[in-house]
Amino acid sequence: MQSNRLGWILLAPTLVILFFFGVVPFFYVLWLSFHQWNPFAVDPNIIYNGADNFRALVFDQGFLSSLGVTIAFVFFAVLSEVILGYFLAQAFMKEFPGKAIFRTVHTLPLIMAPIIVGSIWKLMTTPSIGIIPTVLDDWFGYDLNIGTSALAAFTVTVIMDIWHWTPLVTLTLIAALASLPADPFEQAQIDGANKRQIFWHITLPMIAPALLATVFIRLMDALRTVDEVLMLTGGGPGSATRYLGVHIFKEVFPKTNYGYGSAVSIIVLYLTIVACWLLYAALIAPRNKKA
Amino acid sequence: MKRQRTWLYLLFWIAISFLTLFPIYWLFVISVKPAVELFSTPEIILTKFYWQNYIDVINDETLRGYMVNSLIISTGNAVLVTVLGFLACYALSRFNLGGKESIFFWTITNRMAPPAVFLLPLFLLLTQVYRFGDFTLLDSRIGMILVYCTFNLPFAIWTLRPTIDGIPKELDEAAFVDGASAWTVITEIVFPLARPGLAVTLILTWVFAWNEYLLAATLTNFNARTLTTGLSEYVTTTGTEWGIMATISVFTLIPALIIFSMVQRHIVAGLTFGAVKG
Repeated sequence: MQSNRLGWILLAPTLVILFFFGVVPFFYVLWLSFHQWNPFAVDPNIIYNGADNFRALVFDQGFLSSLGVTIAFVFFAVLSEVILGYFLAQAFMKEFPGKAIFRTVHTLPLIMAPIIVGSIWKLMTTPSIGIIPTVLDDWFGYDLNIGTSALAAFTVTVIMDIWHWTPLVTLTLIAALASLPADPFEQAQIDGANKRQIFWHITLPMIAPALLATVFIRLMDALRTVDEVLMLTGGGPGSATRYLGVHIFKEVFPKTNYGYGSAVSIIVLYLTIVACWLLYAALIAPRNKKA
Repeated sequence: MKRQRTWLYLLFWIAISFLTLFPIYWLFVISVKPAVELFSTPEIILTKFYWQNYIDVINDETLRGYMVNSLIISTGNAVLVTVLGFLACYALSRFNLGGKESIFFWTITNRMAPPAVFLLPLFLLLTQVYRFGDFTLLDSRIGMILVYCTFNLPFAIWTLRPTIDGIPKELDEAAFVDGASAWTVITEIVFPLARPGLAVTLILTWVFAWNEYLLAATLTNFNARTLTTGLSEYVTTTGTEWGIMATISVFTLIPALIIFSMVQRHIVAGLTFGAVKG
């Protein structure tokens, strides 16, 4: 075996880049979050102010409303994607002509840039340009306007997310379903189990690991949704779709209040980690212990 | 009975495919319509094509510059992370480095954090700390290439690790016994065998860099702006140039679509961080 020095030399560029663009920014933003710093304020110096930024955060209406709509968005989007993805995956387990083509078409949205997805849905739903408001108005007399109705804007962002990411759930579940052994299902049918019993007692427990991994990934990605919402609604109307990432980009970043902005960033990072950890602790860890 | 079922599934999937494809088709429809016709009753079937938007976008010097920037940044970044990821994986796979599994997991956690969190610190570091005399990394192509490493380099390391681990160690050991240098072993034995994995990594990291918007929008002003940021410039409060916006979207979409046909099988494994093999 060669000397380990060569190994470290080969690894060094990677470690250096990740240090300067990953580790340093993290500690820098952490350090700043305990300071007051606005270069364009009366006092442009960096002053230590303890946990004042975090204390202010608790009373920040903008931040709290952003947190609220983010939770609602993540909940509705991920739940719909998982349910829809499961049914689509089941529909894929049957044999029918052109399966490979349908699968390819279904994968298509996954490669698209989020901002392009946003622009596509903007063109679909903007009144008088988009086809959706026109159809809804002609057929049902419903006036869809994402520029004025908070509920409409929220719903459209959820639908856009479903359009963009359901294929990921479908494809991961197809892989999980395809790898299941046939024996337990045949046995259950012989024993006279009905469809619902088979789903709850056989299918669900067996695909649970893949299902949880998918939920986990979707949760993390949904929490960081920015580009497509920025393009579609710009966070509006009002603050109806100003999800955490959009909030940082549109409200926190442009105000040069860097200390406070850092505190917001740190809290968002912390909440993301906590959300993922809670999911892991509640769903995945107990299973590992059992196994 | 059986035959009827087959038809049902076929019809169901035709409907689903329609829902997937129609929004993309609509983007194209808007891009080939003159501005005056946009606000009339929407027509689904195109009868005539109006290519002026495309001509305008190609002739727009600013947008051409953005396109060049996008190409340089994503290609530069993809090549850089693939090479560095390859070397790092070789080191992790063949050497007995202390704490190497922790290092491996640490690199991956860099990809998990929401990018919005890093807007502020990266902006401040790039403007104030990472500067060499008059040259700052802010609004420079090299700066963006390095910044994109934060999410693409972990991805490259993660996808290449199984590839390199899968190449038998005995091959390089035999070559070392024959007196080959480390350089020869890496370039002439490991590299050719890892080529398929490297190609997939190169292509996927290229797409991720090409698609990125948030960091580019914050860390560039003029010199290094990319096509995705150009897109948002056409959405303003005073009035959006819908046709141009749709056309830039089409231009941004085309490379991704070409690439899609090449690496379709690997996309799911890539996006789920390999939790599930697609």
